[in-house]
Amino acid sequence: MTLLERDPNAPAAWLGELPLASRYTAGLAGERFLRAIKDEGRIYGARCDRCGVTYVPAVAFCERCLNAIEEWMDVGIRGEVYTFTLLYQDLDGNRLEQPELVAFVRLGDGGLVHRLGEVQAGEVAIGMPVEAVFRPAGERVGSILDIVYFRPSCG
Amino acid sequence: MGMRKVAVIGAGMTRFVRRAQETGKELSWEAARMALESCELTLDDIEAVCMGTAPDAFDGVHMKAEYLSDGAGGWRKPYMRSYVGGGTGVFAPIQGWYHVASGLFDTCLVVCEEKMSSYTPHAQAAFLTIFDHTTERPLEPNLLWIFALEMNRYMQTYGISKADIARVSVKNKRNAADHPCALLGERDITVEDVLNSEVLAWPVQRLDVSPVSDGAVAVVLAAEHVAKRNTDRPVWIEGVGWCLDTAHWTNRDLAYPRYVEYAARMAYEMAGIKEPRKEIHIVEPYDPFDYKELHHLEGLLLAERGGAPQLVADGVTERNGAMPVCPSGGLLGVGNPIAAAGLMKIAELFWQLRGEAGARQVPGQPRRGLAQAWGDLMQVGSVVIMGR
Amino acid sequence: MTAKILHFPGVSLSEADFEQGRVLFNQDRLHGDFAWDTGIAIGSYLAALRRGVILGARCRRCRRVVVPPRVVCEWCYRPMSEYVPLQDSGKVNTFSLCYVTWDVQRISEPEIPAVIEIDGASPLHGILHRLGEVDPQQVHIGMRVKAVWKPPADRQGAITDILYFKPVVEV
Repeated sequence: MTLLERDPNAPAAWLGELPLASRYTAGLAGERFLRAIKDEGRIYGARCDRCGVTYVPAVAFCERCLNAIEEWMDVGIRGEVYTFTLLYQDLDGNRLEQPELVAFVRLGDGGLVHRLGEVQAGEVAIGMPVEAVFRPAGERVGSILDIVYFRPSCG
Repeated sequence: MGMRKVAVIGAGMTRFVRRAQETGKELSWEAARMALESCELTLDDIEAVCMGTAPDAFDGVHMKAEYLSDGAGGWRKPYMRSYVGGGTGVFAPIQGWYHVASGLFDTCLVVCEEKMSSYTPHAQAAFLTIFDHTTERPLEPNLLWIFALEMNRYMQTYGISKADIARVSVKNKRNAADHPCALLGERDITVEDVLNSEVLAWPVQRLDVSPVSDGAVAVVLAAEHVAKRNTDRPVWIEGVGWCLDTAHWTNRDLAYPRYVEYAARMAYEMAGIKEPRKEIHIVEPYDPFDYKELHHLEGLLLAERGGAPQLVADGVTERNGAMPVCPSGGLLGVGNPIAAAGLMKIAELFWQLRGEAGARQVPGQPRRGLAQAWGDLMQVGSVVIMGR
Repeated sequence: MTAKILHFPGVSLSEADFEQGRVLFNQDRLHGDFAWDTGIAIGSYLAALRRGVILGARCRRCRRVVVPPRVVCEWCYRPMSEYVPLQDSGKVNTFSLCYVTWDVQRISEPEIPAVIEIDGASPLHGILHRLGEVDPQQVHIGMRVKAVWKPPADRQGAITDILYFKPVVEV
């Protein structure tokens, strides 16, 4: 309990903002991973032999044993839908007319969270095989968005 | 007190650079891996991990410590973060210490990381949010204000000149020339260089300030029975202390860091130290600004109030002096990735007390050292005393 | 460093590496808009500023008067006993002449932030504000100053209802 009371003329709230702009380097592994997407249209994984794990996206070290990982491999562009969701709201809570389809696509022992395209919401199922659709080579910049979306593939 | 003995048995660190290519995870990994290799342990030997990393805003990732956990060896381990601003680098090993001292774990990996360069256009701007949003931020303050205001009061209270203070920057940057990871080591810098540098917020000038940096440091802590099997030169954590002062910083005596004194007393008592000036052989106080080293030496009871500048002038705090201060080169010389900087001092004491500090080695086989860090809105003091 | 360690990790980049596309990176911006409740004590502090008054609070047990006011004394952890209207004058506890802005832009005329011990509050108890209408080289610790307020109609209940503090000519 307090002994002080609030002045009835007190302004209810003070408004302000938090200025925050960030520039993220891709990192040692990210540089290589994203350049492969950009220049080769390939998705790479990295394998730790000691632990028997293939990380996708490829990483510089194994999180289970902290060893450096030297072995990188092309894991292809096909994976399967591990899980998915339909987004009906945007970041500010506004209703979306058409839901956005987002999925976690299993690749190697990891995978990528990305959008699904060329498919209707009702057709998506867990376990469904999908493949990455890349931007034309000349339009890629070395970003995860160089993959436009994943679409159903024929197995 | 029923607490077990804990030793530091390994340490590793990255170079402190202005902008690293490595992601925060990769920086954490580089330091953690080096620390493990230095004592020939693997991640399987580590039972718990303590991660110290300061504002999420710098790296630009929320829940930053959890995000960095894979690089810090935290996969499926008991994992904890501590975050007390700049005090983190000495507080995280305290957190690691009580993990082991309590008997709960036999080994603990402590990692501290900061990637300030992610914040654009300049990491300094992130500190705007340390001020009270309603009563202070509308005045459009910046971080330099706090330091400049404190520095001015300190100088005025004791009649300390800018030249007295500049000597600290010169000492530390010269010391840092011998540190392989240093960002701003300079063997030939002089007091004139500091006094002629650009005035930022009088009395603070450019060479009074440590630079924004990226980097990571890690140490391995072990219980006595593990330490004795692992190495014949464990460095024991003999005392720890921490203390927080009021956030109402304009209601405090800015000329004296009372909270550092209380943290130091807690550590001295635990370590059984009665005469700190005689019993501490190396001091690594937190030096984000040169005057802070003096301020903290007084708070640590290693100098009389207002008397620290004389120790510097007399050469007492040089590497070959009676009480070397910041033989590492400190933040002023090595760099200031906020959380990693304090742990760098712990690593320095580890190497110094084992005689492994190479060109920076303090002569005379020092047996006991003290590291101190400071942070938040001029609030927190964290102290660790290490000994052989 | 132990003589055994020859190589320390850490790859250093320059601004040019980013500008010339030698490294990959992406950028992002946080949209963090806040509405902070002013609360009991600060809400009253702001209301008082609108009326042209600097408000403090008293802790009877610690026998001190603090500013800005707060509901609990952080020294003894008891509720503050009462509000105390203070004077709008004080003395400079410390100050700086700042030539850079919060986002590291250089300015030629220095801003003068200061901690001002407010008359009526306990010693060493003050607030952060700016000094104005003063030659930067004349500012000194201990200088007596007085608040310069916005006209009543322009005040909104904010710390900026005080434009700055200016020196008082000693009589």
